[in-house]
Amino acid sequence: MNQTIPDKALSRWLFTTNHKDIGTLYLWFSFMMFLMGGSMALCIRAELFKPGLQFFEPAFFNQLTTMHGLVMIFGAVMPGFVGLANWMIPLMIGAPDMALPRMNNWSFWLLPFAFTILFSTIVMDGPAPDFGWTAYAPLSTVYGPKSTDFFIFSIHLMGLSSIMGAINIIATILNLRTPSMPLMKMPIFVWTWLITAFLLIAVMPVLAGAVTMMLMDRHFGTSFFNAAGGGDPVMYQHIFWFFGHPEVYIMILPSFGVMSEIIPTFSRKPLFGYTSMVYATISIALLSFLVWAHHMFTTGIPVIGEIYFMLATMLIAVPTGVKIFNWVATMFRGALSFETPMLFAMAFVVLFTFGGFSGLMLAMVPADYQYHDTYFVVAHFHYVLVPGAIFGIMAATYYWLPKWTGHYYSETLGKIHFWLSAISLNILFFPMHFLGLAGMPRRIPDYALEFADFNRIASIGGFLFGTSQLLFLYIVVKTIRHGAKAPARVWENAKGLEWTLSSPPPHHSFTTPPLVEE
Amino acid sequence: MSLPTPFRAILLGLLGIAHLPAQADYVLNMTPGVTEISRGIHQLHMTIFWICVIIGAVVFSVMFYAIIWHRKSRGVKAAHFHESLWVEVAWTIIPFTILMLMAVPAARLLIKMNDTERDSTLSIKITGHQWYWEYEYLGEGVRLFSRLLTPDDQIQNRDIKGPHYLREVDTPLIVPEKQKIRFLTTSDDVIHSWWVPALGVKKDAIPGFINEAWAIIDHPGIYRGQCAELCGAMHGFMPIVVEAKPEAEYQTWLQTQKTAQNKSS
Repeated sequence: MNQTIPDKALSRWLFTTNHKDIGTLYLWFSFMMFLMGGSMALCIRAELFKPGLQFFEPAFFNQLTTMHGLVMIFGAVMPGFVGLANWMIPLMIGAPDMALPRMNNWSFWLLPFAFTILFSTIVMDGPAPDFGWTAYAPLSTVYGPKSTDFFIFSIHLMGLSSIMGAINIIATILNLRTPSMPLMKMPIFVWTWLITAFLLIAVMPVLAGAVTMMLMDRHFGTSFFNAAGGGDPVMYQHIFWFFGHPEVYIMILPSFGVMSEIIPTFSRKPLFGYTSMVYATISIALLSFLVWAHHMFTTGIPVIGEIYFMLATMLIAVPTGVKIFNWVATMFRGALSFETPMLFAMAFVVLFTFGGFSGLMLAMVPADYQYHDTYFVVAHFHYVLVPGAIFGIMAATYYWLPKWTGHYYSETLGKIHFWLSAISLNILFFPMHFLGLAGMPRRIPDYALEFADFNRIASIGGFLFGTSQLLFLYIVVKTIRHGAKAPARVWENAKGLEWTLSSPPPHHSFTTPPLVEE
Repeated sequence: MSLPTPFRAILLGLLGIAHLPAQADYVLNMTPGVTEISRGIHQLHMTIFWICVIIGAVVFSVMFYAIIWHRKSRGVKAAHFHESLWVEVAWTIIPFTILMLMAVPAARLLIKMNDTERDSTLSIKITGHQWYWEYEYLGEGVRLFSRLLTPDDQIQNRDIKGPHYLREVDTPLIVPEKQKIRFLTTSDDVIHSWWVPALGVKKDAIPGFINEAWAIIDHPGIYRGQCAELCGAMHGFMPIVVEAKPEAEYQTWLQTQKTAQNKSS
């Protein structure tokens, strides 16, 4: 075997074309952004701990919420899943590496620059982007701060990175699978990423188009979104959400894939309904293009349009429900054990379903008139994103960390991390449902006195959740350094090609196409 | 607070904060409001909520049954089934049917909410500004500007906060009870959203557009809300106060305003 041993120099990381190195870079980048975005969230929760302005001016508060959203979505969740894809897809399909290794390097290294540009706006003269991550016109165009242009270009860079990452993933999955693995035998994680990659290629250019039109409106005299010039501010929302809704599924489908690997392993039973899982994922992806205006029910779209978007949105609950039912059926009559990844997976099933339920409620247009732009929505999307996407990345990390490092993590610490996270998450986000139903709008730095109790509870939960994540960092670093040696098949009954390679796997994964195990 | 006790018990139980005093002035649930529409919304909200609770109870019972009884530490052997066409078909069709049935009352209420054209006796044009509201009584020549009344000392924690902290304005919107009022929303700068939960009205105020909503308020009272769309730095500081008065009182008020405003112009 011709295995080059990587050196430790900085140039290894700068010039690497190795899927594992790039995966590691993505994952560390994602974790750093998670801490950054999390610190911003803690600033937000500190300000909202009690009524009145304590720490920040309202203008800065808006910059915090904007940055928190952008950093978590584009910095933490998306790169986290791309990191998992880089590490795991070649291992799971029996490939030596990713199909386009140099592009892989570039798509990662764009990200630190994109975020440097975005963060630089905080220290600039004049406010950082302060219009929310959704950047609705004309607040972001005619009324946008000067730093909006930096926001636009950083979004362009992030989009480039995502599109190249997606192209690479599609090329790898379609071309480098071991010959004995037809599409319908691929692990579900690979399937969900294949579909996610197509979503990325379809919608990232739409976002790029939207922000380019913003740029044109700001500097080149166009009036795409300016009613006074014959344009339409609502059109921005249509274009943005045509990107934004599939984006939601970009952040959750890979997590579905992770769960479909973990639950069968710790249930010691094959995944229930493999075929229906694949078709459900494809249906979710297709439907995600047809529901964007459910984010805009109060903008005054015609009633017939609202009824259509309500029906289409409710339809998405059907394939999503199928997936939940399949996971539960996989666990049913299995022989369950509850290692940390399985704990995260089970919390995912329950808490993501909570988010699904509030999503269903939000789909009912008349009720949405009351929920829209309140903390009920904040509760809803944090329930799908934190126990959905973030728990997905954490579960995957615990599940594959012994494979990556060759060491088992400390199961006791992992379980402590899980329980701290799962409990504090509910203290943090559950009261937000009540706040929204009681009438508290989102994106406000100060609030009426009747909202004080639940805001205090949510803030306490937030600080608990935030500090718990430092334990995660400690566990991961400790596992990289030392720990009980992990064999090739880390988990008893784990199925898949990644478990046929040593832990840690050789620098170049499969040098000859392996046979898929039955 | 008129919440069904089981609802409160479940939610408080989930949070583990059942020790909170029952008299505290917090609200857990959407309130029914004071219009036919807002009551309709509340009913729809409760229906879909209970449907979710039932589905959740069924799914999670199966899951927790498996977690308790099908664990390896009990020495069970895993079964090997992994496919069943009729089960898949069933759990596709049943949720689909429930959802489509839910869509019927939702669509019916939605159509009623959009019935802004007929029988309105009063039209009020609402214009959002950074950061206050302007109300124009169309055809009456009356115009009001409504700004936050809460003093800065309260916001900056230098003074004790009043009972309507951040939800009080200098000039409330005065409307008659029991009449169909048509609200036309628009904006002078960025997008705002005019929201009064008790009326069941939330409509975006968009520059260059006019959106419509309506309400018939059941009984006199003061109803509070605030801007619901991020509109810049002071988004959290542009509240809405609607005061519904009996017809006679409203007419007297309107005449006074007319005379006063005509004199000044």
